[in-house]
Amino acid sequence: MTFNGWMQIALFCAIVLALARPLGGFLTRVYAGERTFLHPVLAPVERGFYLLAGVRCEAEQGWRSYAVAMLAFNLLGFLLVYGALRLQGALPLNPQGFAGVTPDLALNTAVSFVTNTNWQSYGGEATMSYGSQMWALTVQNFLSAATGMALAVALIRGFARRSAKEIGNFWTDLTRSILYVLLPLCVVLALVYVAMGVPQTLQPYVTAKTLEGADQTIALGPVASQLAIKMLGTNGGGFFNANSAHPFENPSALANLVQMVSIFAVGAALTNVFGRMVGDERQGWAILGAMGALFLAGVAMVYWAEAGANPIHAALGLDPAGGNMEGKEVRFGIALSALFAVITTAASCGAVIAMHDSFSAIGGMIPMVNMQLGEVIVGGVGAGLYGVLLFAIVAVFVAGLMVGRTPEYVGKKIEGREVKLTMLALLCSPAATLLALGVASVSPLGLAGLQESGPHGFSEMLYATTSAAANNGSAFAGLTANSPFWNVLLAAGMMIGRFALIVPMLAVAGSLAAKGKVPPSAGTFPTYGTLFVGLLGGVILIVGGLTYFPALTLGPVADAFATAAGTTY
Amino acid sequence: MSAQSRSLLDPALIAPALGSALKKLNPRELIRNPVMFAVEVVAVVATILFVRDLLAGSGAAFSGQLAVWLWLTVYFATFSEALAEGRGKAQADALRRTRSETVAKRLTGKSNAYEEVAAPALKVGDLVLVEPGDLIPGDGEVVEGVATVDESAITGESAPVIRESGGDRSAVTGGTKVLSDHIKVRITAAAGSSFLDRMIALVEGAERQKTPNEIALTILLAGLSLIFVLATVTIPSFAAYSGGAVPVIVLVALFVTLIPTTIGGLLSAIGIAGMNRLVRFNVLAMSGRAVEAAGDVDVLLLDKTGTITLGSRQAAEFLPLPGVRASQLADAAQLASLSDETPEGRSIVVLAKAAHGLRGREIEPLDATFIPFSAQTRMSGVDIGATKIRKGAGDAVIAHVKALGGRIPDELGEIVERVAREGGTPLVVATDQRILGVVYLKDIVKGGIRERFQELRAMGIRTLMITGDNPMTAAAIAAEAGVDDFLAEATPEAKLALIRKEQEGGKLVAMCGDGTNDAPALAQADVGVAMQTGTVAAREAGNMVDLDSDPTKLIEIVGIGKQLLMTRGALTTFSIANDVAKYFAIIPAMFVALYPPLGALNVMGLASPQSAILSAIIFNALIIVALVPLALKGVSYTPSNAAALLRRNLLVYGLGGLIAPFIGIKLIDMGVAALGIA
Repeated sequence: MTFNGWMQIALFCAIVLALARPLGGFLTRVYAGERTFLHPVLAPVERGFYLLAGVRCEAEQGWRSYAVAMLAFNLLGFLLVYGALRLQGALPLNPQGFAGVTPDLALNTAVSFVTNTNWQSYGGEATMSYGSQMWALTVQNFLSAATGMALAVALIRGFARRSAKEIGNFWTDLTRSILYVLLPLCVVLALVYVAMGVPQTLQPYVTAKTLEGADQTIALGPVASQLAIKMLGTNGGGFFNANSAHPFENPSALANLVQMVSIFAVGAALTNVFGRMVGDERQGWAILGAMGALFLAGVAMVYWAEAGANPIHAALGLDPAGGNMEGKEVRFGIALSALFAVITTAASCGAVIAMHDSFSAIGGMIPMVNMQLGEVIVGGVGAGLYGVLLFAIVAVFVAGLMVGRTPEYVGKKIEGREVKLTMLALLCSPAATLLALGVASVSPLGLAGLQESGPHGFSEMLYATTSAAANNGSAFAGLTANSPFWNVLLAAGMMIGRFALIVPMLAVAGSLAAKGKVPPSAGTFPTYGTLFVGLLGGVILIVGGLTYFPALTLGPVADAFATAAGTTY
Repeated sequence: MSAQSRSLLDPALIAPALGSALKKLNPRELIRNPVMFAVEVVAVVATILFVRDLLAGSGAAFSGQLAVWLWLTVYFATFSEALAEGRGKAQADALRRTRSETVAKRLTGKSNAYEEVAAPALKVGDLVLVEPGDLIPGDGEVVEGVATVDESAITGESAPVIRESGGDRSAVTGGTKVLSDHIKVRITAAAGSSFLDRMIALVEGAERQKTPNEIALTILLAGLSLIFVLATVTIPSFAAYSGGAVPVIVLVALFVTLIPTTIGGLLSAIGIAGMNRLVRFNVLAMSGRAVEAAGDVDVLLLDKTGTITLGSRQAAEFLPLPGVRASQLADAAQLASLSDETPEGRSIVVLAKAAHGLRGREIEPLDATFIPFSAQTRMSGVDIGATKIRKGAGDAVIAHVKALGGRIPDELGEIVERVAREGGTPLVVATDQRILGVVYLKDIVKGGIRERFQELRAMGIRTLMITGDNPMTAAAIAAEAGVDDFLAEATPEAKLALIRKEQEGGKLVAMCGDGTNDAPALAQADVGVAMQTGTVAAREAGNMVDLDSDPTKLIEIVGIGKQLLMTRGALTTFSIANDVAKYFAIIPAMFVALYPPLGALNVMGLASPQSAILSAIIFNALIIVALVPLALKGVSYTPSNAAALLRRNLLVYGLGGLIAPFIGIKLIDMGVAALGIA
């Protein structure tokens, strides 16, 4: 570990922290329908959309109607992506003449992009036409991110409102997320990326003669526009197979910093939106604090693990001072690779700049743990916030009893109904992950995709099922997942991890909104300050982590001890 | 506290609990507790595995021991519940004895003619006659007469109380005994639904329903158990990938140690013990819901008289009118009070002696006639020969003096007003037609009450004083007692409106009351404590009844409610935190055969995989027994603000829960290894 490495990590954290409050203020105004500096231009556009769609933006919905609208919208999105991929061969903007995508891969990819997972069983430049990248995948990048943001705001309203039946209007929240937040930021970011050297073209791939005289095909395409939303919307689906390790998808250290910051920007700002909407910004900072503590612990562990050398390599005479550079871009090195790996898995993004499969056992375990904790360390845009609020409900319920009152969080009493729905929501991801892993580890079809045997092979499967259920989308590599078995299994995991959680979560929002607010007093358990930060972090670790203890033991933990002992499989 | 710890070890309670705990193993009863039901299912599975091993002739010692400890885990849980119920049962039996074979004298006509019928045959609306020595046959209202009644069967208080028709002391309870005079009672509750019946059902726990918070906690625990079902059922296929197998007996052991058995086992005992703590305080909660609500209370409405101030006022000063010597006034006041047995009267005698050296005199030699206080004259006094000495409320004495042709000095109004402003009650004293002055009767704020209110404030609870006094007097007493606010010249309607207003702001309100006119407010309050001495209407409206009729108890009731919730939270936190150590005991034992380097995870250095698993299961069972006293007594509780409480409890039960099992399992493992049983 180097001072320089730590400074890069510190710089990243400082920028994210500095952005959280101003961006949070802006988002709060947008969702409240108040005027912002973008309104003179965009307000007529927004009204135009409502007029076209026949939406009355002031008509609010109860949680059921909100959920139905959200599900219907996502179902339509799924069908459009699936159709576009299957019919790719017949659709325009296909200069490489790619054929239609196979049914299982199209199913997997459509689910993947609708659920904001962006798990890719395919290599972009060898499978997807420019048209598919643009109208199927990039569009869905916006829509799935906006869906997550809308849902988070709906849950916040549940906490903020008193004795209300409605939690907002899905169509309005969705439109505003895209129109005022995602689109303007992405336009700016895409231009920035282009300026840094990211391609943005509809020209066919370029063929070049190398120095040895061989032909080399250089893949191009509308990369910058997809890259912008891929990061900002925590989608993570790469334009190229190598994702952000590809020089065209991540041309420089500065571009890398911009990408890292844009992964966390909206998620961190939403904690501030929460604080503002419930009328006490400290509540938001406490949540960000718990996220930040878990994040820094993860970064420190991965950085430490990767800066150390592989003992097996060292025994063979390799200089241990270089650390573990296997599978890493030399341009980014160990500190940034470690930082990026933690960011992308903490935030449900899934973009990568290094191969996590090649990390040391512990270095690869932390990204898995990040996802297994429920993607609540900043998390996916929106999804991270509603996830962490569910954990906050559990934390407050368990520990809040210890102050001798019916537990309450930001003035809302947490009672049987909320506990039931919250537990239901929190069950989804472990169920999807562990059951899928259980099936895969005894099925010849599942094992067929493995590159490694022994604990590391188990880690590859664990990572894949975790990534799907947590809607992260990053891959450990090593597992060849483009088979009907894995495509269908992971698609099921992604669906459960997203929608089976959202519905009870919205019900919590509805139930909370209907309650009155309890004014705080000296007898109320204060949900800001270090005590709550520690408590929330502890509950996330214990409730989220204990579930995966056996699986992690047989995967990365066994891997780590075996590596230390010089055992290979 | 000492009485309590003694009773916990009382063999008279433990012996029957051992038996009824066995009955509670019935799965139909146990299913109400999902966590312990799961343990029982697992115990059955372990027993089957044991039989299989026995037949196969290998490994039976290990699976046999595990099965025994799993059964013990369930048994310890049902034992804790049975023990908690035992206390109530003993009390219920005593109550039941008083109910048996009462004969009622049902009035038949207009005269006092009656027929004897069995008490259970009485119907609501029947009129009965109760004479000295009779047990009152059912709950009712005195419609005629006054009697002293021994209510010790219900309150445990041996001093008799007065019950009379009209007013706020008209309610009588079935099973209590009339000592003197006879009364006519209208029956207000049918047999089987009387106060005594409800009380028996309550203390026995027969009607015990889970409270809202208990239900929520049960759901949380069931949810956690489900997560651990997922974590365990998937292990065999993970192990299969890793080239081995995990015996089912080990899996069930892991599952039982992971699910929150500690809190799951003690949950209902905590709830019953909470109700029992109230009963020991002589407070009956009509539902567990009310006890929980007590912990949440934000505002306490306290009646001034009897709660904040002593029930009586005391003479503090003699304020003579100009031209009258203080000793002259004191002498007259003392004479007027010699036969006055009220606390106010006695305090005047005492003050006269202390301030002016006037000794109390015998009244007989003075040829005096004592004039007692009456509601019509609102005065009391004494006639010595032709001299009439009177003391009483200002307007009453003024009217009396005017009637005798006396003059009212101008200064009197000033003095009366000054006394009222300072929170006192002016008592005007006159000899014949001459007004001598004023006795300053002071409300005495109870000792230590100010500190109690400070404690409550630290806990975030506001205190509101309710009084019929005028705002001036009320403000003075409120300031002296240190309450947060007051409602002066309170009418029942104003009280009700105040409760509604606080509730609209999201606050929970507690109050106590005894009169019929308190009933609407008692019903509206989230915690309404009716006094046992109160009217039937008040008792029906409240959700708690205080058998001692001590309004100060509201503060203790809030404490008991809080302690109940805290005990639940503490044991839940402890239970969940325990899982970390249990994983470190069982996981290496389970997987070390698959990957030998995983032995490094055996941080406790447990002797062998089998002893590690057995030790974890034994710890898991024994911790339930070890925590039974805590569950029954409740966690220690000192009033302070929420942040301080949370910090302390998180440290004790969260951190303690992380560390304790590491030590406990290690110690048990050393024992298991030394005995060579695994």
